[in-house]
Amino acid sequence: MKLSILLKRVIFIGVLLAIWQGVYMSGYFPAIQFPPPTKVFQAMVEGFADGKLVSALLASFKHLLIGLGLAIGIGTLIGVLLGKSRQADETAGMYLIAMQSIPSIVWVPLAIMLIGLNETAVIFVVVLGGTFVMALNTRTAIHSVPPEFIKAARTMGTKGMRLFFKVEVPASLPYFMSGIRLAWAFSWRALMAGELLSNGPGLGYSLRYAMDFAQMEVVIGIIIIVGVIGSVVDQLIFSKMEKKVMRRWGLLK
Amino acid sequence: MFLQMNNVAKTFAQHEVFSGIDLSIQENQFVSLLGPSGCGKSTLLSMVAGLESATEGSISLGGKTILEPGTDRGMVFQQPALFPWLTVRDNVTFPLKDKLSKKEQDQIAAHYLKMVHLTRFKEAYPHELSGGMQQRVAIARALAMDPKVLLMDEPFGALDEQTRHILHDELMKIFQETKKTILFVTHSIQEAIKLSDRVIVMGTRPGRIIADFPVDVERPRQRDNSRVIELEQEIMELLKGEINKVLKEELDHETKHFT
Ligand SMILES: Nc1ncnc2c1ncn2[C@@H]1O[C@H](COP(=O)(O)OP(=O)(O)O)[C@@H](O)[C@H]1O
Ligand SMILES: [Mg+2]
Repeated sequence: MKLSILLKRVIFIGVLLAIWQGVYMSGYFPAIQFPPPTKVFQAMVEGFADGKLVSALLASFKHLLIGLGLAIGIGTLIGVLLGKSRQADETAGMYLIAMQSIPSIVWVPLAIMLIGLNETAVIFVVVLGGTFVMALNTRTAIHSVPPEFIKAARTMGTKGMRLFFKVEVPASLPYFMSGIRLAWAFSWRALMAGELLSNGPGLGYSLRYAMDFAQMEVVIGIIIIVGVIGSVVDQLIFSKMEKKVMRRWGLLK
Repeated sequence: MFLQMNNVAKTFAQHEVFSGIDLSIQENQFVSLLGPSGCGKSTLLSMVAGLESATEGSISLGGKTILEPGTDRGMVFQQPALFPWLTVRDNVTFPLKDKLSKKEQDQIAAHYLKMVHLTRFKEAYPHELSGGMQQRVAIARALAMDPKVLLMDEPFGALDEQTRHILHDELMKIFQETKKTILFVTHSIQEAIKLSDRVIVMGTRPGRIIADFPVDVERPRQRDNSRVIELEQEIMELLKGEINKVLKEELDHETKHFT
């Protein structure tokens, strides 16, 4: 069963590559616009070998880690404030949803004009990309703490800070984890948008550089890397953590 | 008196749930609050727990007025409300945290988990247990802080018949072993008579106490005991009037709205 799924997936990729190779060999597109899979693969190997892709990747991860870390921190603070204070929620909750609906690429010109064409601007965009979704999910997490947990804890003499940290925080962990997973996803997209328009370093910048120099095989190679990292990080880290919490909390069987 | 309610009233916004509740409960007694749903049983129990405040009057325990929740009153709800992120043992020691050493806490947890026959499951997580087992953990958790009074709000209401009977027997044993004062909310006449020393019957619209029966029957009580049957019928008669009142009011309400 497991093996047959794997087999299907491998065959699927194989077929795609074959079609790609076939279109290339038909000569319909000029080779400069449409490199064969082998050439893309070769470009990726070279990029890693000469260290260019590696340093771009490291720069991107640095932007992401700082930006996502800040987004999670700031988003959690805003979310807790809105979750705990009805006043704050009624006043600012709606605007948070509005902010969340702004595509992060829109922030790029603002960031560049405000901060300049540098890495800080990229990180700024990443932070904006992740903060709002984190805040919204943290707010939902606090609101979704079952009231019977609070009541039970209070009858056991728990109140104040202890009630918050020992009951409300752990009780809201499942939604909080979804928040982190979404913040990562949004930040990752924002990172690419920001880097694409920055002047480096970073994966997004390398992508635009390759475009400027008409290196289609590098463009495709980087797109593949971005896709692979996105799904691998989601599957191996964030989805896994979220599922683990959900299972322990009895929300998933 | 040990647990004393003086002229207690509760009003939510405009809606008066009950008023003029006077009730004295002796130590080591098992007292049931019985009444149709909506008459304010849970509200009254929450007030004893200190989760709700009295709009009028006062409730005192051992001479001290109840103003907020405290570890002298343990509560078991219809939903077990166990913390899913803690093991069974850590759930039971939750009310003890910080006050005692780890070892003392473990001993207390072991003691009460043994009392509810869940020693084997101390390392399990709540979602791995059945509903009846979860409710037993909730009882052990409430007992662990050694409260003077155990408040139970339809604790077996969500369980199947068979599990309910098993837990009745366990609760009786715990009551005899720990000598706690128990205030037990139920809407089942049989359950109230089977378990209690005293059954307080509440009426509705407006909520109030309409009767107070001592249950003078030797334990364990059999359902076919003639005194049990007699009491059942007496209380049934009383409640019929109350339930009819609710039905009539609801029908009137409907006819007013739909004709
Ligand atoms: N927090 C609350 N706010 C407003 N009304 C409430 C609240 N809690 C209970 N009530 C009302 O008080 C009445 C009694 O409720 P409750 O004590 O739960 O009754 P019972 O437990 O006897 O079924 C009901 O009419 C219910 O709608
Ligand atoms: Mg109730």
